[in-house]
Amino acid sequence: MAIPKKALAFLKQTGELSSFTGRFFSEGFRPPYEFGEFIRQCYLIGNKSLPLVGTTAFIMGMVLTIQLRPALISYGVESELPFIVADAIIREIGPVITALIFAGKIGSGMGAELGSMKVTEQIDAMEVSGTNPFKFLVVTRVLAATLMLPLLVLLADSISIIGSFIGLNIKGVMSFRLFMDDIFQYLDFTDIFPPLIKTFFFGFSVGMVGCFKGYFSDKGTEGVGRSANSAVVVSSMLIFLIDLIAVQITDLLGFN
Amino acid sequence: MPTKEKPYKSDEVVIDVRDLSISFGSHVVLDGFNLKLHKGEDMVVLGKSGSGKSVLIKCLIGLLRPDSGQINVLGQSMDSLKQDTLDHIRARVGFLFQSNALYDSMTVRENLEFPLRRHWTRMDQHQADDLVMEALKNVGLEETVDMMPAELSGGMRKRIALARTLILKPEIILYDEPTTGLDPITGREITDLMVDIAEKYQTSSLIISHDMKCVQHTAENIAVLLNGKCHAMGTYEEMLSSEDPFIRQFFQ
Ligand SMILES: Nc1ncnc2c1ncn2[C@@H]1O[C@H](COP(=O)(O)OP(=O)(O)O)[C@@H](O)[C@H]1O
Ligand SMILES: [Mg+2]
Repeated sequence: MAIPKKALAFLKQTGELSSFTGRFFSEGFRPPYEFGEFIRQCYLIGNKSLPLVGTTAFIMGMVLTIQLRPALISYGVESELPFIVADAIIREIGPVITALIFAGKIGSGMGAELGSMKVTEQIDAMEVSGTNPFKFLVVTRVLAATLMLPLLVLLADSISIIGSFIGLNIKGVMSFRLFMDDIFQYLDFTDIFPPLIKTFFFGFSVGMVGCFKGYFSDKGTEGVGRSANSAVVVSSMLIFLIDLIAVQITDLLGFN
Repeated sequence: MPTKEKPYKSDEVVIDVRDLSISFGSHVVLDGFNLKLHKGEDMVVLGKSGSGKSVLIKCLIGLLRPDSGQINVLGQSMDSLKQDTLDHIRARVGFLFQSNALYDSMTVRENLEFPLRRHWTRMDQHQADDLVMEALKNVGLEETVDMMPAELSGGMRKRIALARTLILKPEIILYDEPTTGLDPITGREITDLMVDIAEKYQTSSLIISHDMKCVQHTAENIAVLLNGKCHAMGTYEEMLSSEDPFIRQFFQ
């Protein structure tokens, strides 16, 4: 039976991405560490994605609240509104929306940056300058993405909840104190920790895919553009895939 | 150009390539290539686009692994080297990349400091500053020290790349098409700079080029690369008077 070309290419990519990830684990934890570059990447990642993440998070919280309110009023459970919105944000909307924006901004940036470093021989230049480019460029970026995305998600969740509070006060009246009490009365660890853990995996896969696509970019400006583009597509798909696996696991453990 | 009695100044061989072969998939690029570079010698490798010139010099500093053959650089065999021995050799061999390979995200100063800090880890800021300024002075671009590569012209970028190559005082410099993509006047300036550097620091150089102006001024010996092999070897004058149709192409 003939295997379609597309399927073969997909399998090949998957294999290469896996061995790239394997290389991350085998080389990444061996000294010397590029600590300074890691800190610089963390700063750049946070700095670049904060405005976008903050704005979208605020709007999501507000819109969700305004849209849910009439339905909850008609069921007579308007007082539950703060918790319902907060739980939806913390469990799903915050992590996934933030991760997708992160993929669009940071993943594509990594694909384009490493891609252009590759085609202009900057990666070769690093290697002859006594530097392991995989450690200097890839390991630092992947670790920075893995660490920064969860922090950004926590921040996005908080901003969303503030957005929700404001959305609630456009039509009705509720004090901030009562609003927060309402949320924390029901919220427990199983609402907060499983989603936080999955964001580490989101961040890791955005970093890994972005670096992979850039590191093996084709020659020419077209190749660089393609790397940036497919970094976003592939890592967005992976985010949903991880989300799907995560919900199965939390379900099995009885955390849902 | 003064004619030379002996094509090279010393019997010491700094680069020795024997039967080098490398292919990518089914595409054979180098197929039993041989070359010897002596200390203090400036040699040009001539070859058409895509004939494997860049592949050849990337093999010399271990950026690419040959399928077979021996490479000796500064008396060290390049296969199965430990990472720190390899880094040690790379610190003594400068490489000027065809696309300059300046780090876009760093200033000129940071670009020049990069190989310094990486190869010579024990160095204080004062020493580093001095070396950066000395290297920039060599290429006549001291005023660009705090600029970004994107703010520089093509010729300036080539000079900064050359300064970055020189900063470690290499014994051998490998030039990958140093004048390609530059206008003739700038190309001439770079060529003059290469000649000055070879004289001032007594380096040996391997120059890849098909710019005959550059070849004429820099080459003591010329090796012609054809079909993955060293097709011919000789001085500039010998090549100029050659009857071989393939060699003649370069001089037209
Ligand atoms: N990493 C690589 N993978 C596959 N093919 C390569 C690679 N590097 C070079 N080649 C091929 O080797 C040949 C020689 O390339 P190169 O040495 O860059 O030519 P040039 O003589 O113009 O510098 C080209 O056909 C190129 O496609
Ligand atoms: Mg080339």
